[in-house]
Amino acid sequence: MPDQMIRTESLRKSFGDVHALKGVDLEVEPATVFGLLGPNGAGKTTTVRILTTLLAPDEGRAEVAGFDVVRDAEPLRHVIGLAGQSAAVDENLTGLENIEMVGRLYHLAAPEARRRAVEILGRFELSEAAHRTAKTYSGGMRRRLDLCASLVGRPTVLFLDEPTTGLDPRSRIEMWEIIRELQNEGTTILLTTQYLDEADRLADRIAVIDVGRVIAEGTPTELKMRVGGEVLAIRVVDRSRVGEAAGQVLGLGPGGGSVDNNTGEITVPVGDQGPAILTEAVRRLDRAGVALADIALRRPTLDDVFMALTGHAAEEGDQPKENGKRGRRRRRG
Amino acid sequence: MSATITAERTVDTERRLRYAIGDGWVLTKRNLITYVRKPDLLVFSTIQPVMFVLLFVYVFGGAMKLALPAGLPYVDFLMPGIFVQTAIFAATQTGVGLAEDLKKGLVDRFRSLPMARSAVLSGRTLADSAAIAFQVVLMLVVAVLVGFRLHAGLPKGLLALAGALSVGYAFTWMFALAGLSLKSVEAVQAASFTLIFPFVFASSAFVPADTFPHWLQSWSKVNPVSIWVDTFRDLTLGHLNPAGENLMTHLWQSTAWFLAILVIFVPLSVRLYRKT
Ligand SMILES: Nc1ncnc2c1ncn2[C@@H]1O[C@H](COP(=O)(O)OP(=O)(O)O)[C@@H](O)[C@H]1O
Ligand SMILES: [Mg+2]
Repeated sequence: MPDQMIRTESLRKSFGDVHALKGVDLEVEPATVFGLLGPNGAGKTTTVRILTTLLAPDEGRAEVAGFDVVRDAEPLRHVIGLAGQSAAVDENLTGLENIEMVGRLYHLAAPEARRRAVEILGRFELSEAAHRTAKTYSGGMRRRLDLCASLVGRPTVLFLDEPTTGLDPRSRIEMWEIIRELQNEGTTILLTTQYLDEADRLADRIAVIDVGRVIAEGTPTELKMRVGGEVLAIRVVDRSRVGEAAGQVLGLGPGGGSVDNNTGEITVPVGDQGPAILTEAVRRLDRAGVALADIALRRPTLDDVFMALTGHAAEEGDQPKENGKRGRRRRRG
Repeated sequence: MSATITAERTVDTERRLRYAIGDGWVLTKRNLITYVRKPDLLVFSTIQPVMFVLLFVYVFGGAMKLALPAGLPYVDFLMPGIFVQTAIFAATQTGVGLAEDLKKGLVDRFRSLPMARSAVLSGRTLADSAAIAFQVVLMLVVAVLVGFRLHAGLPKGLLALAGALSVGYAFTWMFALAGLSLKSVEAVQAASFTLIFPFVFASSAFVPADTFPHWLQSWSKVNPVSIWVDTFRDLTLGHLNPAGENLMTHLWQSTAWFLAILVIFVPLSVRLYRKT
C-alpha cells in the first residue's frame, strides 16, 4: 500500500480564462477521511474530476492509490468509487437494476453483480424500494442509491462530492453515519463540502480551498484554533455606532476579530473563554451606551475560517446565502 | 520473449474486444428498458410520420399523380422517402439521450468506471437503431394499409428496408456528436431539426426532383437523402422509378455516403466522448 493514498503536486486546470485550479497540493493518508472545504466555485469538483480520471490536469501531477491519474487511468478506475455532486442514477431503472448495471460494468459476472447489488441495497436500507424505478425515490434515497453505485466495485478510495448538499437534516445525519462506517472499514475517503461543521465532524484532516488554491490544511482542531475556537457575534441597533462598538470588544479574545462591512456584524474569536468574554462584552457595551440588536456565541463557520485566513468573506456563488451559515448555533443572547 | 509479448498483446486485445461488446450490450439493454418504460418516447415520434403519410397520400396525393408517370400510385412513390425520413427523425433520440445522460451526471459515472470507452456510444446507437427499426416497421404496416405495394419483388423490398435502417444508424452517430457537443436536450432538439431540414425536405423524398428550380436540383442531386431514396425506389418501384432506374450506380453512391458519414462521425464522437 502506498503511504499516501492520494497525492497531488501543483495541480493546475483552466477553462478558457477561468483558472479553476492554480496549483493544488494534497496528501491523504490511507483509511482516513479528508475534507476539501470551500465555497462554491473554489475548485472542489474540478479537483475531484481530475482525481477520478474524468479530466486531465493542465499542469502538475496526481496519484491515487499509487496510480498516476493520467498515465494509469485505466487500472486506477478499478479501485476508485465516485459519487458526484448530483446523484447519477438512471431514473428509468429500478434501484436494483441501477446497481446491477454498474456491477456489470465493473465486469462482475451477472450472479455476482446481482448478489452484491442486493447486499448493498440492504445495507443502505433500500431493499424495500429495490424494485421501484429510481424516479420514485426521494432526494435522500437517490443519494444513497448513488453511493451504493460508487461502492459496488469495493473501492479503496472513495470520492464524495458534496454528499449532503440539498439533503434534509435527517438524510444529512444518515449520510454522516454512513461515511463514518465506511471509514471504519478502511476505505480512504475524500469528501468535499461547503460546511465547516460537516468537515469538522467527519474529516481527519481538512484542506480549505479558495479560488483554486489551498489556503490552509490541518486537523479540524488545528483549523478551529486558527479561527480561535468559538466566535462571539454582535450586532448593534444603530449601524453608525458599529465602529465604536468594535473598539470596545475587538481585543477581548485571543485573536483580534473583524467587522463585516456588509452586514455590520462584529465577530470576535473567543477560544474556550466564550462565557467570560460574552459577559465582559455586554458589560462594556452597556457602559458605553451602545444598544445591542443581537449577541451570541456560535461555532465558527466557513465564513469565519475565511475571515480569519484571508480577511475576506467566502465568495458566495449561486448557492443561497443561507447555506454558508448552517453551522451557526445560537446559545445565549 | 517477443512471442510471449505478442501473446500477451493478443490476450489483451481479445479481452478489450470482449469488454467492448459486453459493456456495449449492458448499456444497450439499459437504453432499451427506457424505451419500454417510457413508451411515449416512441409513440409520439411514430405518430408524426404516420400523420405525414396520411397528409401526403390523401391531401397531396391527387395533385401529385399528375407529376408521376402513369400507373404509379403516389403512395408507392412516397414511401421510400417516408422510410428515410422516419429513420432520420428517430435517430435524433441519440443526441437527446446523450445530452440527458450528460446533464444527470451519468456520463461522469460511466467514465469513472473501468468499462470500455466505446460502450456508452455503441450502447446508445444500437438501442436507438432498434427503436428506429420498430418505427420503420410500424410505418411499413401503415403504408400497406393505405395501399403501398412493391413493384420489384420482395427480396429487393427487404434490401430497401435494411437500407433505411442503415441510414438511421449512420445518423445516430451524427446526432451523437450533436448531443455530446451541445449538452442540452433543448439545444439538441433545435439543432437536429435544423440539421435535418435541408437533407430531408430539399430532396426527392416527397416529390420528383425534376420539378425543382435549377439550383435546388443541383443540391438534391448530391444530397445523400435523394440518393438513398432514389436507390430505395429502384428497389421498390423498379423501372417505374421516375428518376430512372439505375440500381448499380445508386447502390454504390448510397454505400459511399453511408460509409462517409460513419467514417466522419464515429471517430469525432468517440474523441469528444473521451474528452467531455
Ligand atoms: N467545464 C467548465 N467550463 C468552464 N468553467 C468551469 C468548468 N468547470 C468548472 N468551471 C469553473 O471553474 C471554477 C471551479 O469550479 P468547481 O470546481 O466546479 O468549483 P466547486 O466544485 O468548488 O464549486 C468555477 O469558477 C467554475 O465556474
Ligand atoms: Mg462542486
